Amino acid sequence: MTDRPTKLVVDCSLPEGHPDKVQIIPLTDAEIAEREAQAAQAAIEQAEREAAEAEKQANKESAKSKLEALGLSEDEINALIG
Amino acid sequence: MSAWTVIAHTEVGSGGAANILFSSIPQTYTDLVLVFSSRQETATGASVFINPNQLTTNQSTRYLEGDGASAASGTLSRIFTADTPSNATANTFSNSIVYMPNYAGSTNKSFSIDTVTENNATTAYQRISAGLWSVSTAISSLEIIQPSGDINQYSSATLYGITKGSSGGVTVS
Repeated sequence: MTDRPTKLVVDCSLPEGHPDKVQIIPLTDAEIAEREAQAAQAAIEQAEREAAEAEKQANKESAKSKLEALGLSEDEINALIG
Repeated sequence: MSAWTVIAHTEVGSGGAANILFSSIPQTYTDLVLVFSSRQETATGASVFINPNQLTTNQSTRYLEGDGASAASGTLSRIFTADTPSNATANTFSNSIVYMPNYAGSTNKSFSIDTVTENNATTAYQRISAGLWSVSTAISSLEIIQPSGDINQYSSATLYGITKGSSGGVTVS
């Protein structure tokens, strides 16, 4: 047994029931390296998305505070920026 | 009326799989549709990537998203769809439909994606996305890859070929 990751390959040119239609193939070293690179990229992009969302929320809170300081009610502020 | 033809269907077996690859896709249909339902073995990254022709470059996506608490929108340099993480309610699977018009043509390829993770709790993602693969080559293979861990057993993927109707339009009947 090996814990090497596998890929499920479906050959669309073959008819259903053909013995080679679906194959389970261990990933090559190059494919594993590519997968790890994609995982790293995914983590970076997830962090960027979360940071952007956090910045957006912080800006919204800051804008609300400034509008409150100007004397707007909460209903008026929500009407403006939601 | 158009015709939907199952090109291939597969279900992940015991032990899971890192990738699902549909290879040698016939070039005889008008459009492609991928229907995908999955769960993954880790709690991180509730998404899988879709790589046309097994290529990871020249991809982009604009998306609108809700997670049960707030709404978000953004862009990503990958084409992606949902994958229910392992910390979601047991035995729940994501659902996705990916429409790829004119996949065999010689223009850039678009991907319309409607997807949800599933969870019997507050946090679950629902997302609509417009993906673009800025390559004019016909799509001859589609790879679904979960980089964070394996795609779990009982996840499934079905690839349909859509043949346009005599009116020239595509209508689901």
